[in-house]
Amino acid sequence: MDYFPDAFWQTLGLTVRLAATTTIILLVVGIPLGWYLASARHRLKPVFEALVSMPLVLPPTVLGFYLLLAFSAESSFGSWLNSTFNIQLVFTFSGLVVGSIIYSLPFMVQPIQSGFESLPAHLAEASYTLGKSRWTTLTRILLPNIRASVLSGLVLSFAHTIGEFGVVLMIGGNIPGKTRVASIAIYDEVEGLNYGLAGEYAGVLVIFSFLILLVIYSVNARKPRLL
Amino acid sequence: MIGLRFRKKLQAASGVITLTVEQEIAPHQLIAITGPSGSGKTTLLRLLAGLSKPESGFLRFGEEVWLDTERKVFVPPQKRSIGMVFQEYALFPHLRVGANLRYALQKGGDTKIIKELIDIMELGQLVDRFPRQLSGGQQQRVALARALVRQPKLLLLDEPLSALDTDLRQRLQDYMLRVHHQYGLTTLLVTHDFSEISKMAEIVWRLEEGEITYAGPPANLERPRNWAETTLVGTVVRCQSLPGGVLLTVHLPSGQLIQIPYLGKIPPGPGEKIPVAIGGPGRVDVGR
Repeated sequence: MDYFPDAFWQTLGLTVRLAATTTIILLVVGIPLGWYLASARHRLKPVFEALVSMPLVLPPTVLGFYLLLAFSAESSFGSWLNSTFNIQLVFTFSGLVVGSIIYSLPFMVQPIQSGFESLPAHLAEASYTLGKSRWTTLTRILLPNIRASVLSGLVLSFAHTIGEFGVVLMIGGNIPGKTRVASIAIYDEVEGLNYGLAGEYAGVLVIFSFLILLVIYSVNARKPRLL
Repeated sequence: MIGLRFRKKLQAASGVITLTVEQEIAPHQLIAITGPSGSGKTTLLRLLAGLSKPESGFLRFGEEVWLDTERKVFVPPQKRSIGMVFQEYALFPHLRVGANLRYALQKGGDTKIIKELIDIMELGQLVDRFPRQLSGGQQQRVALARALVRQPKLLLLDEPLSALDTDLRQRLQDYMLRVHHQYGLTTLLVTHDFSEISKMAEIVWRLEEGEITYAGPPANLERPRNWAETTLVGTVVRCQSLPGGVLLTVHLPSGQLIQIPYLGKIPPGPGEKIPVAIGGPGRVDVGR
């Protein structure tokens, strides 16, 4: 593949790594959060729901702006992170992951929450009366029955992170091999009037996204529907 | 001996009622709980199971205290020796019948009990099927077997037969009586069906507006004029929203069309099957 420069593959690799890391962390966060929101009767539940869904309506640059302020070494949170854990989040890959998690949170939590809400309450209750813990009930009864919701949470979070631009630009900048992801690179190449390379990035993203969705929906279609 | 005392506010169709129950149950008894819809029957079972908590109350099962709100004791359902059968069966849709039964086995439990229950409930032909491939009666037999895998001492049955037709219902009553005696269970059965009460129960409690208005042998239970004589499964033909409430047109198995007001929260749509309790002249009551 000598046709493409190394930087091309480096940028795409970084993009996929960011999306994969974000999606895996979101899965771990999204399942308990979705379950909580689906079963909670708490007075503050709408507040949590609104907070989770904020990134859907907020311009990414606004989110990125506040994260930039929060993460910067001059802010108390940023300097605390730096002095206590030696973590810098501005213009680093870790910072991109944190930003992406917040930005893509609703895309993971909402499908999982509505999956849990669509299950009849007596499934979990039957499991409890059979002596099974909440953990066993979650992993062996509830999750297998909302597989399709978890799958769409995974796909949406991954795709959404791949396509992210505003948040990344604000807190990550454009450092090749560190924070330069494909969407940034396309913008950068277009600005430099380098339409050829921009087109190649764009083309790869189109094909890649289509293939992922195709594989996932084909796998899902073969499994029998249970509910 | 089971001693229970519960006090819990409930949202019923008629407004807020307070479930106030204080009773004792001798071991190995089969108790039927009956009464109009929304009188607290299901809640009473859920309180015994630990699926709901009362505002105040006490529950003792033999030597074990399962609930004491004054001393803040609450034993969760997992730690209570109970088996529960839900009105909607609640089988796990992604597991075959065999796996549904095996799931209920406790850690280190003996698989012999599963074989034994498959024999008693005549499920041999069904173990490799998924719940959606079973008829209502078959699903109910699986649900009953599954509730017994844990070898509970207390069996709670929440209108287990209300969605089944009369023939099937009698056969399932025989299954329930068989396991009740064979495993020395204490059983509480919620039912609307008077013949079911006379056939199965030693003691019957009638719940009205959250209070027990009769507790004693079924023979002495007075049938009020609005008493549900039998429950049929009808198909909803039409569901009309009128200023006074929702009016259902239901097609009964006899071919008869009846119109009944619906009192529950979410009215069933056309084509859905619902249990209809038919009582004295002209009196009809619709289950949830």
